[in-house]
Amino acid sequence: MQRMACSFPDEVLEHVFSFVQCDNDRNAISTVCKSWYKIERWSRRRVFVGNCYAISPGMVIRRFPELRSIELKGKPHFADFNLVPDGWGGYVAPWISAMAAAYPWLEEIRLKRMVITDENLELIAKSFKNFKVLVLSSCEGFSTEGLAAVAANCRNLRELDLRESEVEDLSGHWLSHFPDDYTSLVSLNIACLGCEVSFSALERLVGRCPNLRTLRLNRAVPLDKLANLLRRAPQLVELGTGAYSSELRPDVFSNLSGAFSGCKELKSLSGFWDVVPGYLPAVYPICCRLTTLNLSYATIQSPDLIKLVGQCQNLQRLWVLDYIEDAGLDAVAASCKGLRELRVFPSDPFGPEPNVLLTEQGLVSVSEGCPKLQSVLYFCRQMSNAALMTIARNRPNMTRFRLCIIEPGTPDYLTLQPLDVGFGAIVEHCKDLQRLSLSGLLTDRVFEYIGTYAKKLEMLSVAFAGESDLGLHHVLSGCENLRKLEIRDCPFGDKALLANAAKLETMRSLWMSSCSVTFGACKLLGQKMPRLNVEVIDERGPPDSRPERCPIEKLYIYRTVAGPRFDMPGFVWTIDEDSAMRLS
Amino acid sequence: MDGTLGLLGGGSGGGGSSGASANESTVSKVEVVEQDFVGMSSEASSYPAEAELELGLGLSLGGGGAAVKAKPCKWGERGRILTAKDFPSVVSHGSSTPSRFSDTATAAAVGPVSGTKRAADSVCQEGGSPTGGSQVVGWPPIRAYRMNSLVNQAKSQRAEEDKLIGEKDKSPDATKKKIYSKAETNAKEKCHLGFVKVNIDGVPIGRKVDLNAHSCYATLAQMLEDMFFRSATTVKSMGGEEQLTKPSKLLDGSSEFVLTYEDRDGDWMLVGDVPWGMFLGSVKRLRIMRTSEANGLAPRFHERNERQRSKPI
Repeated sequence: MQRMACSFPDEVLEHVFSFVQCDNDRNAISTVCKSWYKIERWSRRRVFVGNCYAISPGMVIRRFPELRSIELKGKPHFADFNLVPDGWGGYVAPWISAMAAAYPWLEEIRLKRMVITDENLELIAKSFKNFKVLVLSSCEGFSTEGLAAVAANCRNLRELDLRESEVEDLSGHWLSHFPDDYTSLVSLNIACLGCEVSFSALERLVGRCPNLRTLRLNRAVPLDKLANLLRRAPQLVELGTGAYSSELRPDVFSNLSGAFSGCKELKSLSGFWDVVPGYLPAVYPICCRLTTLNLSYATIQSPDLIKLVGQCQNLQRLWVLDYIEDAGLDAVAASCKGLRELRVFPSDPFGPEPNVLLTEQGLVSVSEGCPKLQSVLYFCRQMSNAALMTIARNRPNMTRFRLCIIEPGTPDYLTLQPLDVGFGAIVEHCKDLQRLSLSGLLTDRVFEYIGTYAKKLEMLSVAFAGESDLGLHHVLSGCENLRKLEIRDCPFGDKALLANAAKLETMRSLWMSSCSVTFGACKLLGQKMPRLNVEVIDERGPPDSRPERCPIEKLYIYRTVAGPRFDMPGFVWTIDEDSAMRLS
Repeated sequence: MDGTLGLLGGGSGGGGSSGASANESTVSKVEVVEQDFVGMSSEASSYPAEAELELGLGLSLGGGGAAVKAKPCKWGERGRILTAKDFPSVVSHGSSTPSRFSDTATAAAVGPVSGTKRAADSVCQEGGSPTGGSQVVGWPPIRAYRMNSLVNQAKSQRAEEDKLIGEKDKSPDATKKKIYSKAETNAKEKCHLGFVKVNIDGVPIGRKVDLNAHSCYATLAQMLEDMFFRSATTVKSMGGEEQLTKPSKLLDGSSEFVLTYEDRDGDWMLVGDVPWGMFLGSVKRLRIMRTSEANGLAPRFHERNERQRSKPI
């Protein structure tokens, strides 16, 4: 076997490896033998680091000296819902510094939930001569000044995507920093920016970049300017509008409608803030080509929504507010036979009573009418076990199922029973389920089902559920492919955690907040498991100043080969091997 | 129901046999593994409050589930710092027990940023408890970005409505839209506006505060003072700056700091000049500024009109 491996010159093996792009496959290749490991590491061009604290920049650089593309994720997912205090971490600075020195040919940086400053952006702009792709997803810490540096210096930039990041809007002039001879833009997503960007600069930029495929505008771009932009970029494939409102005027309407019709490649629409329904028909001519429609900011009512989606026979992904109501989802079920992903967001999540006629029935309809439906995110106020069982039987191909019943602890509204059996049906029938979010009234029983059936489950989100440590134990001991587990407000404590300590090393991370875990258990875990970072997040001061039985506020455990991190803020408490409490 | 899933009926390998025996065998498995953690297992496994926890969980419905009990003394055993402020909110929000659960786990006298803030609520309640739903942090799980976007749309829709009020618009669509957006805005004004950032001069890392946990300036200022001026460990100052230990009053001009905010137009104003509701509607973020720097605020207020004319082209 070894002789065979050595009989090919390295260049040949490298060429063969170049056809293998998937990270898992490349990882597998590198374990075959030393020679393959060596060739593979020199030829790896792209790396994904799911937790920026799981490994140090130096270690990545030492192993992969020729990277062109890196993706990093920082804060835990629950940071999206303000459960992670500011200052927790996720700073990209050490990575940028290290890579600026080691990878002069780096082309792509993709970050999610990380803190990136203007200085970091300036360093990127100056250090990487062939920089092409910057994607900042749910990031924060920078301003439009940093963007100006990128625009001014990255001559080969293809993609600038700020999706849902928090940007300090100092000025809209940053866009003008793209040089006049810069023409390589392919994708621009500035939807999250609050300020007005310089519109004439935007127009000229769009006009001189013939390869522009994706343009997601921010709300400040007015509707009456949209037509001009579209006419300069009829090759657009993905468009996010700005505010979709204007005085109803026939000339503006026909201009807009004509501009849309001219975009023969347009497959994805988003934006639609402040929609004036009278302007919706302007997009009707292109509806039949749409595969993605994001109306999740559009406060339009069910009849208008029905007219719109009724024409989108090729729709694969629909994001919409619950204004669509059950009737609208019936229309979706009837018209959008290729639908793969549905997300229904609540328009009035804090209202005491339902404001729309959206119930479990809408989801049942879509599960019946759309045979390819595999990804669901659904906010509603009532659910029944019967409905969940129907959905499960209809859609055994479901891979992502996230249900949020708005009031915590809501039982089956028909029987007043917990929803254990309904979710149990989901995990039993949907054998390829990768992601699941639970809600409603749930006992330990649902976790027993999950541990028994959800063998492909990778990510589980739990809130206000369960009765005892048994629930957590079922999940940790049963779900073989579990990578991420996030729990809030559940009565899970030390027992299940300690009993399944080894499992935690097979996962990327575990988050528990407002549960019943004590500091004593955390200390023990930290001592016994050196390859885990056990971080207690508690803003009430040193956990040792309270009785050991007092539950901690939040716990974040993740596996790492980099040891404890050095940038922990004052409210993060860890334990080192000396079993002395360490302040960062 | 259980039969269809075959979980409790037949045996499938290790864990799931019939009824009671399944539970027993699973529990014994847990205990066996625990023996590995010698010395700690006894502490970890003694769990006096667990039984109560089951009962305490949950339920905003009357019949189907366990009864709701208020158990402040049980939590008191755990050394939580109880204040009189906590009790009224525990009792009055009896229906939203899940949030109480997280409340007792996270609430304290120091007002953590991302915990529930009932203490402040109960002191300043004007007319009854907040609208519907449990105002638990981060629930429902909607990204702050999306919440802010919805709220901003509601605000501008209301601004437009206020414009339209004089006009005669009788079409049914418009009326319906008004009803919808009015309900939205009424609910939204009481809901999470999204957290606003607070920065203090001299500390690079800011905090976030939930303005909706307060209904008046006094509690907001109190919380900010607790957050930034306590000499304990909640805020770690960077770069060797000395700890700010003086308690100070941010609103009455007696400290070396003043509380300011940036409004929708991008102007920085002193906090406290406008009615609370109006403040909520226009605040974008907060900044605790040194008094010396804030002296310029009054004149800048007058410059606002001039600045509005010079927007980027």
